[in-house]
Amino acid sequence: MKKFITGNHAVAEAVRLCRTQIVAAYPITPQTPIYEKLSDWEAAGELGGIMMRTESEHSAMAACLSASLAGVRAFTATSSQGLALMHEMLHFASGCRAPVVMACVNRTLAAPWAFWSDQTDSLSQRDTGWIQIYCEDNQEVFDSVIQAFRIAEGVLLPCMVVLEANYISHFMEPIEVPEQEQTDRFLPPVKIPERFDVDNPSFVAPVVSQVQFEAFRHLSYEAMSNALDVIEEVDRDFGDHFGRNYGLVEAVGLDGAELALVTTATITSTARVALAGLREKGHRVGLVKIRVFRPFPTRILREILEPVPRVAVLERNLSLGREGIFCSELKAALVNSEKPHHVQGYLAGMGGTNVDPDLIERVVIDALSRERVSDEPIWMMEKK
Amino acid sequence: MVVKAQSRPAEVLRPGHAGCPGCGHAMGMRMVLRALGNRAVVVVVPSCVAVISGPYPYAALNVPMFHSAFEIAAPTAAGISQALKIQGKDDIPVLAFAGDGGTFDIGLQSLSGAADRNEDFIYVCMDNEAYMNTGIQVSSATPRYAWTGTSPMGNTRRKKHIMEIMAAHRIPYAATACIGFADDLTAKVKKAKEMRGTRFLHLLSPCPTGWKMEQHLSPKAAVAAVETNIFPLYEIFGGSEYVINYRSKGLPVETYLSLQGRYRHLRPEDVKSIQAETDRNWEELKRRV
Repeated sequence: MKKFITGNHAVAEAVRLCRTQIVAAYPITPQTPIYEKLSDWEAAGELGGIMMRTESEHSAMAACLSASLAGVRAFTATSSQGLALMHEMLHFASGCRAPVVMACVNRTLAAPWAFWSDQTDSLSQRDTGWIQIYCEDNQEVFDSVIQAFRIAEGVLLPCMVVLEANYISHFMEPIEVPEQEQTDRFLPPVKIPERFDVDNPSFVAPVVSQVQFEAFRHLSYEAMSNALDVIEEVDRDFGDHFGRNYGLVEAVGLDGAELALVTTATITSTARVALAGLREKGHRVGLVKIRVFRPFPTRILREILEPVPRVAVLERNLSLGREGIFCSELKAALVNSEKPHHVQGYLAGMGGTNVDPDLIERVVIDALSRERVSDEPIWMMEKK
Repeated sequence: MVVKAQSRPAEVLRPGHAGCPGCGHAMGMRMVLRALGNRAVVVVVPSCVAVISGPYPYAALNVPMFHSAFEIAAPTAAGISQALKIQGKDDIPVLAFAGDGGTFDIGLQSLSGAADRNEDFIYVCMDNEAYMNTGIQVSSATPRYAWTGTSPMGNTRRKKHIMEIMAAHRIPYAATACIGFADDLTAKVKKAKEMRGTRFLHLLSPCPTGWKMEQHLSPKAAVAAVETNIFPLYEIFGGSEYVINYRSKGLPVETYLSLQGRYRHLRPEDVKSIQAETDRNWEELKRRV
C-alpha cells in the first residue's frame, strides 16, 4: 500500500510492522514524532507491543538492552544530546550482544544549540560497536528498519538506522508499506537467546580478567566482521520479497570515471541530479553512496574505486582537528590499494545548511581541476 | 526450635562469595535471596554486591543475574520485568541490588523514573553508607561526622532521607530492614514478593572494612543502629501509611558509635548533636504513624 508520510512516521510504521515488543523512549526534537506516533497506536490498541516512557534516553537504552537480553524485540529512537547521553549504554548493549534496534535522527550537537541535520551525533558513536546504516530517503528508512531487526538478531549486535533531521524526519514522501503477512514472511517472530532463564541460571556481564576481556572483544569483532555478509544477505532477501534493495554501497556511472563523488544520506539524492547534468556536459564523474558505515565496507569500496584516480568525499559532519569522518574512513580503506588515489574531502551542509546541485557542481569542478590534494577538508560554506 | 531439613529454605547465595570477611552485604544478600527463592531474576550494579556475586566464570548466586551499569539498576530491572510479562512469565519476580551510591547518588534519577511509573520489581538498596567498593569515599548516604577517604575530617552533610524520597513517589511498599533483625528482614522480602509495582527496601548493612571495626561486629552494629533509633525499622504503604515494626530500647547513640573507628574522632558535643538529631528523627517518625 502506498502511504504519503514523513520519515519519522515511516520509522514508526516499520517498528509496528516488525511486531516490536518493547519500545522505551524519551522525547527529543526531531525524533519525538516517532515516539508520539507509537504512543498513539499503543493507546488505540494497534501497536502490539508496550511502551516504556523512561525519564531519560540513558534509561531508555538500559530498559531496551535488558529486555532484549530477556529475549524480546526492543526498539528506541533518539537524536543528538539524547544519543550522547546514551553513550555508555551503547557500549553496554553491544558488549553484551543485545540486538536492540534504534532510529537515530541526525541532529546537531550543542553547543551552540540548533535543531538541524548534522551527522556528527551518530558518527561520534562510531566505536560503540553498533551497526550503522545511513539512509537517503523515507522509503530507505522504512526498509532499513525492517532489515535492521533481521540483521541485529542474526549477528546479535545492536543496529542503528540513521535518518537526517527535517530532510527525512519531517519531509513527506510516498512510500510503499507492505502488508503485515508480507512483513512476517521476511521477518519471522523474534528468536534470540533468553538470557534470564530461571531453569538454567547464568550470570550476564560479570567481571572478567584481562585475557577474558580480550577474548570477548575478539568474539564481538568476529560478529561485526560477519555482519557485512549478513547485511548483504538480508538486503538481497529483502529485494526478493519486496522488489527493492540497497547494498552496502551503491555505485552510479563509475565506468570510465575520472572522479568518484562519495556521499551519504540525503546529499546523495541531490548529487544524483547534479551528476547526471555534469555527465551530460561531458564530465567523467561517477557517484558512490556509502550506506553502511559500521561495519565499514572496505573491500567493496576498494574494488569499485580501484579504476578511479580521483575521489571527492562530500559530507555533513566533522571531526575537529581532522576532517569529515567518512573521508578519514575512506582514506583508511584505500590506503592499501594497488594504485594510489587522490582523495579530497569537502564539508557542506553542516548544521543543516542546504546542499544544492550548484554546490555539488562546484565540488566536482574543483575536484576535477585541482592539481594538489589538500590534507585539509575544503569548506563549502554558505556565506551569511 | 529445630527446623526440619525439608522445610528449611534453600540458600541462593552460595559459599565462596568474594566479599570481605564479616561483610554485612553478604549476610544481607543471603537473607534477602533466601526469602525470595531461586525462581527470580536478579540485577546487580557496580558496588560490593557485584563483587560478592563473583568474577567470571564463577557465580555465587544460583539465579539468573545481570551485572548492569552503575546508575541503572531500576530501569534494568524494569526492562527485564516488562520482557518477562510479554513472555508470559509474570510469576518470576525481578529484584535489583544497588549500593547506597548507586541509589542515593548516581542512580537516583533512574530510580525515580521507574518508581514514578510504578514498574514491577523489588529494589534493595544495600546501604553501607559510603562508596566502599572503590575504597571508602563519602556518598549522600554517609552520616554526619563519619570518616571516609573523601571526608577525612568527618562528613559535614546529613544522610539523605531516601525513605522520604521513595515515599514521595507513592510506591506501594517501602521498608527499612537490617541484618541484625533477620526475621523482620525475611518477612519484609516475603511481603514485598507478594505485592506488585515498585517495592523498595532500604537495608542497612554494616561494613567492617569501611566502618573501621572488627570483622565479627556487623550484626552487632546493625542491632545497635536499631536499638539506638539511628536506623528504625518501619514500613511505608502507598507512600503515606507508616508502620513502625520494632519498639527499640532507645539506647544512647554511643552504643552504636563506639563500635566503629569511623567515629573515633568525635568530640562530646558531636555525640550530643547526633543524639539530638536521632531523637528528632524518631519523634518525627512516630508522628507519621
